[in-house]
Amino acid sequence: MPELKFSEAQEMLRKVVREFVEKEVVPIAHRIDVENECPVDVFKKMGTLGFAGVFVPQEYGGAGMGLTERAIILEEISRHAAGFAMILMTHHLGVEAILSYGTEEQKRKYLPDLASGRKIGGLAVTEPSGGSDVGGQQTSAEFKDGRWVLNGRKCFITNSSNADVTVVTARTGEDAKGRPAFGAFILEAGTPGFAPGREENKFGLRGSGTGDLLLNDCEVGEEALLGAQGNGAKLALATIAKVGRTGMSAISVGILRGCLEEGVKFAKERILYGKPIAKLQAIQLEIAQNRVDYEAARLLTYQAIGLKESGANCDAEIAAAKYFSTEAAVRSAKRTIDLMGGYGVMNDYPVGRYLRDAMATIPSGGTSHVMQLVIAGQTLA
Amino acid sequence: MEIAVLLKPVPDPAQYDKIQIDPATGILVREGLKTVINPEDKHALEAALQLKEQYGGRVALIGMAPASAVETFREGLAMGAEEAFLCSDRAFAGADSLATSRVLAAAVKKAGPFDLVLSGSTSADGGTAHVPSQVGELLGFAHLTHVIQFEIGSDGLASVRTKMENGYRESRGRLPLVLGIRRELNTPRYISLMGIMAAQGKPVHVWSLDDLGLDKGKVGLAGSPTQPGKLYQPDMKRKGEVLQGEAWEVAQRLVGIFRSTGILG
Repeated sequence: MPELKFSEAQEMLRKVVREFVEKEVVPIAHRIDVENECPVDVFKKMGTLGFAGVFVPQEYGGAGMGLTERAIILEEISRHAAGFAMILMTHHLGVEAILSYGTEEQKRKYLPDLASGRKIGGLAVTEPSGGSDVGGQQTSAEFKDGRWVLNGRKCFITNSSNADVTVVTARTGEDAKGRPAFGAFILEAGTPGFAPGREENKFGLRGSGTGDLLLNDCEVGEEALLGAQGNGAKLALATIAKVGRTGMSAISVGILRGCLEEGVKFAKERILYGKPIAKLQAIQLEIAQNRVDYEAARLLTYQAIGLKESGANCDAEIAAAKYFSTEAAVRSAKRTIDLMGGYGVMNDYPVGRYLRDAMATIPSGGTSHVMQLVIAGQTLA
Repeated sequence: MEIAVLLKPVPDPAQYDKIQIDPATGILVREGLKTVINPEDKHALEAALQLKEQYGGRVALIGMAPASAVETFREGLAMGAEEAFLCSDRAFAGADSLATSRVLAAAVKKAGPFDLVLSGSTSADGGTAHVPSQVGELLGFAHLTHVIQFEIGSDGLASVRTKMENGYRESRGRLPLVLGIRRELNTPRYISLMGIMAAQGKPVHVWSLDDLGLDKGKVGLAGSPTQPGKLYQPDMKRKGEVLQGEAWEVAQRLVGIFRSTGILG
């Protein structure tokens, strides 16, 4: 297998994003966490540079790059502010759903604003009955007099109160075999009967507002249906696998790099017994483990994304990347806190936030249990 | 408006601890060093792009560097320049600022005509600040360096403010001009993803000694009238000394030490 090597353009992209993050995101990373507020102005600035539409073709106002470039962006932002990266990650879910399933008219209507960051996107699937149990969704969409009427409650929806355009799945009836059938709908903020509900108070990935979306006799025209009627569950699962899980994996790689770099910095600066603790073998072992976790997560993540971009069927590889990277990020953050001793639990250092953020990456896009089931299912098939 | 921006790849400041100087030649070993656009050159490019947005025309990047520096030029193209001319030849190696300026001036002539040549005032590595003026002289263009503000009217008359030790100087002149730009002039734009994509299709012309029609004896180490002097590693070791005795006596000895080390005149 050839080495993981990025192209000249991808390396330039990484450099450009890093410069942007260091100037615009690092100074507010702590504040985003403390205030749990989405810095919309910085998001819009990212939009003008193409981050919001990185994988959207240029004909729809995007940058015309791919999922690898998107992962580079998410990794670089998450190196310092995973909560902020989560806003972009979730925005891309809505973008991907419209890009892959939208009609030409829908793409022309929504993608230019989403790709340029003028509008924020989202995807709403999870309900109180569960997230992974897509078939158990209760939100309904009834077709009456040429209009769809939606009722129900979505929960744990990231960007719930910030998104201008959200793709919402709902039960539209039953298929020929009597099983529940679902549709996906493009809903714009401000549509009567569609509003954000209560906002959750997460301990990690803060800044990316997560909460309920309420649908009370929300009426939209036929043109709001995204993809074929009955295709909503497939759309949701495919979008979550392709963009959601790869995105969470890339975010975790960023957190892992943060742990590695912060650990190294601390180990070189902290003097104990008259020398930097980096000279102590016990600390060196921790640094080595952080390095291995980071490298392994990075390889799994970019390989899975590369496979997806090549058109391969790689749900198991994506699940493996997501499972390993998110769990490794938790391990690595805990390990970094350990090596820092008392300083590790002080909020003057960012590693406590990294641990909280890493924990929050696990349920998003499917828990580690679900990821293992996907991996096992494919392995045993 | 046709604008040339002189762009110099310099070692990435983040890697300054890896910089080595060849003890035999006294010249920076550039091989293996990651390079970035010389920081002040980015400000020059930003100024050029703003003028292009105002008046139309084109922005061309011109520089002298090993062929491996093409990525740095691609970054300038991603920022918004149309094309790049990279002067690269073994014969250019070891050039001082005059030999460099000869190459750059020849490239400006060949790629031109240009109304304006912009460059950073000073490079982050060599730091001589000679090049903009030397290129101006060789081209026969008026030149000013340490530019902190400038405007070009539609009549082609330029008003230029340059920084001086205790103030600034206002100058007015007609194009063509060579201006050495300081970082106070503007804030360079971020490179967009669309810019990166567009840059992949923009031309980077690589010109050799023969392409420029220069005399081999006038370029590179051979054509450099200045040579680096002796290089030495300054002794940074610190030595503590405890002065003991009566306060007045210790103070006098301390003043004596200050005088002998030049701290007190």
